[in-house]
Amino acid sequence: MSTVLTAVIVLFLLAAVFGIVLGYASVRFKVEGNPIVDQIDAILPQTQCGQCGYPGCRPYAEAIAGGDAINKCPPGGQSTIDALADLLDVEAVPLDAEHGEEKPRSVAYIREDECIGCTKCIQACPVDAILGAAKQMHTVITSECTGCDLCVEPCPVDCIDMIPIETTPNTWKWPEPPSPMQLIATDRGRGEAAAEAH
Amino acid sequence: MSKVFSFHGGIHPPGNKKRSTRAPIGKAPLPKTLMIPMQQHIGGPADPIVKVGDTVLKGQLIAEPISRISASIHAPTSGKVVDIAAYPIPHASGLSEECIVIEADGEDRWIEHQGLGDYTRLKRVDLIEHIRGCGIAGMGGAGFPTDVKLHLSEDHIVNTLIINAAECEPYITADDMLMRERAHEVLGGIEIIAHLLRPSHVLIGIEDNKPNAIHALESVLKHTELNIDMVVVPTKYPSGGERQLIKLLTDIEVPSGRIPADIGIVCQNVGTTAAIYRAVHFGEPLISRIVTVTGDAVLHPRNLETLIGTPFSTLLEACDLRPGALSKLVMGGPMMGVTVENDQIPVIKTTNCLIAATAQEMPEAPPAQACIRCGMCEQACPAELLPQQLYWFAKGREFDKAKHHNLFDCIECGACAYVCPSSIPLVQYYRYAKSEIRTEQRDQQKADHARLRFEARQARLEREAAEKEARRKARAEEAAKAQQQKTAAKDDTSVEQASAATAEPDLKQLKTAAAVARTKLKKAQKAYDEAAASNADNLAELEAALNDARSKANEAEKALTAGAPAATEGGDDNLKQLKVAAAVARTKLKKAQDALKNAEEKGLDGVDKLRTTVATLEQKANEAQQAFEQAGKATTPAVPEEKPAEVDIKALKQQVSIMRTKLKKAESALEGCEDETEKARLQVEADELKQRFEQATAEFDKAEQVLIERAANSGIDLKQLRIDAAMARAAVTKGERSLSKAESDDERSQIEQDLVAARAKAEELNLTLSQYE
Ligand code: SF4
Ligand code: SF4
Ligand code: SF4
Ligand code: SF4
Repeated sequence: MSTVLTAVIVLFLLAAVFGIVLGYASVRFKVEGNPIVDQIDAILPQTQCGQCGYPGCRPYAEAIAGGDAINKCPPGGQSTIDALADLLDVEAVPLDAEHGEEKPRSVAYIREDECIGCTKCIQACPVDAILGAAKQMHTVITSECTGCDLCVEPCPVDCIDMIPIETTPNTWKWPEPPSPMQLIATDRGRGEAAAEAH
Repeated sequence: MSKVFSFHGGIHPPGNKKRSTRAPIGKAPLPKTLMIPMQQHIGGPADPIVKVGDTVLKGQLIAEPISRISASIHAPTSGKVVDIAAYPIPHASGLSEECIVIEADGEDRWIEHQGLGDYTRLKRVDLIEHIRGCGIAGMGGAGFPTDVKLHLSEDHIVNTLIINAAECEPYITADDMLMRERAHEVLGGIEIIAHLLRPSHVLIGIEDNKPNAIHALESVLKHTELNIDMVVVPTKYPSGGERQLIKLLTDIEVPSGRIPADIGIVCQNVGTTAAIYRAVHFGEPLISRIVTVTGDAVLHPRNLETLIGTPFSTLLEACDLRPGALSKLVMGGPMMGVTVENDQIPVIKTTNCLIAATAQEMPEAPPAQACIRCGMCEQACPAELLPQQLYWFAKGREFDKAKHHNLFDCIECGACAYVCPSSIPLVQYYRYAKSEIRTEQRDQQKADHARLRFEARQARLEREAAEKEARRKARAEEAAKAQQQKTAAKDDTSVEQASAATAEPDLKQLKTAAAVARTKLKKAQKAYDEAAASNADNLAELEAALNDARSKANEAEKALTAGAPAATEGGDDNLKQLKVAAAVARTKLKKAQDALKNAEEKGLDGVDKLRTTVATLEQKANEAQQAFEQAGKATTPAVPEEKPAEVDIKALKQQVSIMRTKLKKAESALEGCEDETEKARLQVEADELKQRFEQATAEFDKAEQVLIERAANSGIDLKQLRIDAAMARAAVTKGERSLSKAESDDERSQIEQDLVAARAKAEELNLTLSQYE
């Protein structure tokens, strides 16, 4: 009887000790912020264009964390969706065309002699990439521009163009090699011969 | 002789080197135009410092480095700059980049230049700066600016300097020929580098397929005091790879992700040492290099000393290109080089070889088969990677995994693809995967940057909003305080002023109160009428409410009418303006008069004109003064007792201060006086003055008080009033619109009521506004 009691007491003590340790650890090592939102936000392209229907990437990240669909970000395209699917362990779905389509990256360019200096574009730019002052010519700091498109609409004189970013030797990518033939060596050429015969 | 170690893997492709070593190094013909790309290596491009149309001399600096890892560029020959624009550059992409195009004048005239003499006397930094100024860049591989490597001894301990003379890639013989013919230059360069880096040990790694070069080097090495060991390594591709050569000579492996300097080793190419020699001893910048022109499609394969910027076609012609034989033009060696489509592409600092291959020599790669997991690639890989694994990852776009399998340690030597029985273009897959990963990293960096900026902006907007809110609050508080003060001021003024004062600040409130009361009254009336029509039993109650509302409305109306007239006296602003106008006119007149006087005295020509100006100005000043006075008069009747006080306040103030000074003077005179009778007289005078001073002060105080009062009275904000009126009007139209749309009777009656109130308000505001405008 006493052995059972000892065992029970020992177990109870152990449970209490671990409880205290864990409780302390959960307070002491509390993770600040919402890490899943941060992780999702890190995957989103940060174009801040609002095409997903949220006012920026972080709000969308929060929405995804709250269960929204992962295929609403056109600038990120399929690769972002895949990465999100990977992170959240859900099915990768194609991009929702309702929010726009994946386009090549571009930067805004202001035709400076047409600009009337109304500062509307500055207010629209989500990353403060436009430089200018009231009644002065405005210009886009290309290196800061995310290509979000948001400055184009408010310009009253339509002097902002979105110019696709040109590939330079520095940004050029090696193409993917053509996929190797999955034919048996002796079959090589037969496909073409057969096609010609018809 | 040092011991030779070995590295993992490697292959033995046919050398094909003999054919281009038969002839000595020739000189490439001077082309008509040279195209010098601004970016010839990794790192930052150079920035042109010449303009189109400038004439340049051979060796003249034409572009400056803009960043640390960037090299100067010099004119390869004398001539004229004819264009600075994008032209195709020697790059796998075939894309164009900024080039300076020089039209050669054929004279090949050097700019003045001279060597440094005894370089050992110079400070190290100055010597390195000189080498940097000569635009020396690594001539073996990536064209890394050499000066960066020469600085390495500052933050690393450099034990061993390795001179890479292996030249392991088939076909290429540029370094071989250089060593054969210019061994002393190579040695001179090594001495300079050794002087700068102070290694304890210098090793020259050379493959055993270059006996002539070995012989030439040995003969010059006899004359040096440096501790130089020449290590002849067996021919095996890619022994010239930096890490492979280090492994061969020292048996040390450079850890993944580190540079050789981290383990005390610096590597330099032989070509670079010769260039350093020429730069230091003759002051010649790097404007030419030795290029091997070879391949079956040229009749006379050989090495040519070529100016940077010479188009490939010039070299091919110089070596007698067999027409029609060329099927593939390869820049670099057959293993690591890239095929180019355009023979107008220029030679740059890193172009070591040009292979004009016939179709037999370099046939199209056979179609790739599936990987059979034979493991031959793994055995051949000098970097000890798992090529087939990397291939699968690259193909499946699993770049992360490829990275974890050290994809970036791959030197793209092509050994794996060479041995692959399935002829899979493995290197292409690695290049593809690498550039995908690099792009991803770039994008990620950009995204992180954008996120920072977005968050910074968000924070800024929030801060601004908070500041605005704080300001608004502060204003509201101030207004409340002002209100309190006003009430306080009101308390100690005379009764009739008080009535105006109380009515005025609350005019707006009164108005709203009156409007509300009226609306309530109307509502009550309506309710009563309806009730009366339907004979409801709470008629009496309603009647009482109606009466109550009526009396309240009347009260409010009364209060409003009491307040309104006082408030309508808002001509003050106008008066001030007129006053200013009058003052301005007076000043102008005075100035003109002065000018006139001046002119008259000196007898200038413009006198007549000035006179007329003065006359007109006089008139204008009079007019302004009149207008001001009239306006003053017009305002006066409404507040008669205030008018003089308002105008004279300044005079009064002045008087007070005059009195004060007089009094003080008199008092001091009194004190200083000795004579009794005089003193008595002064005393009387002082007393009198004191009295007068007191009187003036009192007068002034009174006037000021009145002024404060008036300022408070006319405190109505015309602008606000206007906005209110416009809004009220808008509300009326809106109400009308919704009335026409309203469906149920209930709704309509509600809207009607609102509309009536809105109309009343709009009318009222309009009325007040018209009084002011
Ligand atoms: S759609 Fe635009 S705002 Fe939304 S997540 Fe994508 S880049 Fe960000
Ligand atoms: S919105 Fe258009 S006009 Fe206005 S500042 Fe920007 S670029 Fe100029
Ligand atoms: S190309 Fe890369 S993977 Fe292939 S053998 Fe060379 S180092 Fe190894
Ligand atoms: S050598 Fe070619 S076939 Fe063999 S394992 Fe490597 S990639 Fe596969």
